Amino acid sequence: MINVTFVSADGTRRSVEIDEGLSAREAALFNSVPGIDGDCGGVCACATCHVHVDQAWMDRVGPPEEGGMESDLIQFAEGTTETSRLACQIPMVPELDGLVLHLPELQH
Amino acid sequence: MATSATQEKVHYDSVDAIPLGEINVANPYLFQNDTVGEYFTRLRREDPVHYCAESRFGPYWSVTKFNDIMAVDTNHKVFSSEAKLGGIAVQDMHGIEGALELEMFIAMDQPKHDQQRKAVSPVVAPSNLLLLEPIIRERAGAILDSLPVGEEIDWVKLVSVELTTMTLATIFDFPWDERAKLTRWSDITTASPETGIVESFEQRREELIQCAMYFKGLWDQRIDQPGGNDLISMMAHSPATRDMPFLEFLGNLLLLIVGGNDTTRNSISGGVLALNQNPGEYQKLRDNPALVSSMIPEIIRWQTPLTHMRRTALEDAEIGGKQIKKGDKVVMWYLSGNRDETVIDRADKFIIDRENPRHHLSFGFGIHRCMGNRLAELQLRIIWEEILKRFRFVEVVGEPERLLSNLVRGITRLPVKLHAH
Ligand code: HEM
Ligand code: FES
Repeated sequence: MINVTFVSADGTRRSVEIDEGLSAREAALFNSVPGIDGDCGGVCACATCHVHVDQAWMDRVGPPEEGGMESDLIQFAEGTTETSRLACQIPMVPELDGLVLHLPELQH
Repeated sequence: MATSATQEKVHYDSVDAIPLGEINVANPYLFQNDTVGEYFTRLRREDPVHYCAESRFGPYWSVTKFNDIMAVDTNHKVFSSEAKLGGIAVQDMHGIEGALELEMFIAMDQPKHDQQRKAVSPVVAPSNLLLLEPIIRERAGAILDSLPVGEEIDWVKLVSVELTTMTLATIFDFPWDERAKLTRWSDITTASPETGIVESFEQRREELIQCAMYFKGLWDQRIDQPGGNDLISMMAHSPATRDMPFLEFLGNLLLLIVGGNDTTRNSISGGVLALNQNPGEYQKLRDNPALVSSMIPEIIRWQTPLTHMRRTALEDAEIGGKQIKKGDKVVMWYLSGNRDETVIDRADKFIIDRENPRHHLSFGFGIHRCMGNRLAELQLRIIWEEILKRFRFVEVVGEPERLLSNLVRGITRLPVKLHAH
């Protein structure tokens, strides 16, 4: 199991556990953490799973691949920053155990 | 038996009797009489990526299953939306002499699409829309309060059109008494002379120029008044849009109007029809009005206000095992994908409390995914909340009439009787 903490726009912190191999989107949805819609089912096609990766974790998570579908899509999410990622594109691997993700107020 | 050799209005005893190669699901009559669903069911079963070699729209591929549609919609580097290649509908967009060419990013590829969408997208971001909610709610209430109870009325004309025009006028802060102009401009933007909406391309051009001048007037006023929440003020003040060349600004503005007009109108009508055809679901809603939030996406799936989007292949490609050639026209039938039982549980049923109601194709997916989807949902949610407060039953009392169009899935008339609480 991998541990992920989601920080809501109002500051609420929720720590959840998720199986290795699933994604940060599932970590939120399967544990009823509000703030991620994930309309497309996690296939990088809707950008409603936008999160801000905590600065301390940015080295390990990394930016979206340049020129890939994730970078093409994420530019249309609301309020993006240099730590923005789509949660469905963050696979839960052991190096990310303890990951902290910040949720936007609303998904566009 | 075939009664005619042409593809349109061909009559067979059953859909299954038609030779596969003769199936032409783009025939607009199949949408008007609402029989196209049977054709899609057959294609999904027997030939999910189907080639129609001959039609009045030329040859085209039909993609009918959810996952194949998703694969095309998200592969924008191979499947182009470019207007000059024919654009986004099975009916080609043409450069027509005398027509005013409006550039809209829905029919552009990267990189121009991305620049324009990024500039305009914040004006319909959910956080901005919340500011407009109280006015939309108040105006929706006033329209509903003015309706006669217990008499037969046309829901489309008195309610769906009125409410949609009202919300458009509200989000643009458009002069209230002149709001019918918005509906007119939306209609002529997509009109050609054969639709009967305009007599000639010159007339269309002239009316669009009037539209441009009108919006220029509003823009000039608002550029000096900071702080407006309406879409024109936001575009006039945002660094990303305020220096936009005027024709580009107009194209984007009209895209917002057109995008939100027929689609929302037909969702309002389609919802009433669906609830009447499924009285058990209507009862669930009366018992628990909080279900409005999951009902709205289900109505949008059920109605599928835009039946399809089209792409043009920029190189050879494969979809569902079929070989697509460079230059081929590829039609993604959202209406069919939204009934794909291999992806959506009981896809042929209208169910207002689904677990994942937003997992549908009506807004498309990928970089062109509907930019106004949250606005559409917001409007529909407010409208339904206000309807439920006032009426126990919006009863359909006659046959609906449907639009002759293979793109806009429209209801043109819906006789109803209102029953108060
Ligand atoms: C229920 C109502 C609506 C439906 C079903 C709908 C459907 C769609 C579809 C199918 C697309 C193309 C998606 C694709 O190619 O993948 C689209 C694009 C678009 N829609 Fe909507 N729409 C609705 C409401 C609205 C509203 C209210 C607006 C106004 C803001 C709007 C603005 C747009 C724009 C600007 C695009 C172009 C996006 C792009 O190319 O990047 N739509 N819509
Ligand atoms: S869930 Fe759709 S892009 Fe992540």
